[in-house]
Amino acid sequence: MIFLTAFIVGGLICVVGQLLMDLTNYKVTLAHILVGFVTTGAVLSALGLYQPLVELAGAGALVPLTGFGHILAQGAIRGVETDGLLGVFAGGVEAAAAGVTAAVVFGYFFAIVFKPKG
Amino acid sequence: MDVDFTKPAGIQRKQYRDFTDQINPKPNVLVNAIWAFVVGGIICTVGQGFLNAFLAAGLPVLESGAMTAVVLIFIAAFLTGLGVFDDIAKYAGAGVIVPITGFANAMVAPAMEARNEGLVLGVGARLFTIAGPVLVFGIVAAWLTGLLYFLFR
Repeated sequence: MIFLTAFIVGGLICVVGQLLMDLTNYKVTLAHILVGFVTTGAVLSALGLYQPLVELAGAGALVPLTGFGHILAQGAIRGVETDGLLGVFAGGVEAAAAGVTAAVVFGYFFAIVFKPKG
Repeated sequence: MDVDFTKPAGIQRKQYRDFTDQINPKPNVLVNAIWAFVVGGIICTVGQGFLNAFLAAGLPVLESGAMTAVVLIFIAAFLTGLGVFDDIAKYAGAGVIVPITGFANAMVAPAMEARNEGLVLGVGARLFTIAGPVLVFGIVAAWLTGLLYFLFR
């Protein structure tokens, strides 16, 4: 069941991105999509609107970049609960640290190992 | 419509934009949306499989989500290196861009192209051409969330 909702919700979030690009004749670029979805996810999460979606769709809500924003925002909230003001600064990046480190390490490694096509 | 070079630069720019809008092929919105839905849905379903595995291994929810992201980032970075990611993205569009796989691709693709500019200012810097702004906006949003929660909880 969770696999079905993950497919539907995850797919729909991607459709929103596709429509944003197609209906603006690609004036909304790749960078705008990535930045916009992470920020939107963080804001929705802060307002408490994203957690219900995660409970409904699991990875369907966590795998899209809105989920990355959600992890950042929830990390900051959890940080405040455990460490107070320090958590305001440390919580978000702490929660996202694994993803960021993976992206940097794997990104750097594969960018060096492979040669671009053509 | 053509660009009139006697007009001021601002008007020339608008004329050029109108011109390119005219001759650029219009995207097939419905077909693209279906591709994005199916491929994006498949990636999230695969992600759900990893998420379940990490939850079963005893990780809390946020950590399981983070580890799922790690796995998908690895796969996307690898496929970008092979050049396969671009082939998929041609059809799937936002279906592979909006999931965390798009973040990994946006790091590896510009960095690969910059190899001959050196390992520091080439690959090292270009990894963050698009990822940099994403982190800036994401971290500022998270910081604001934490600050507001700290002040008004």
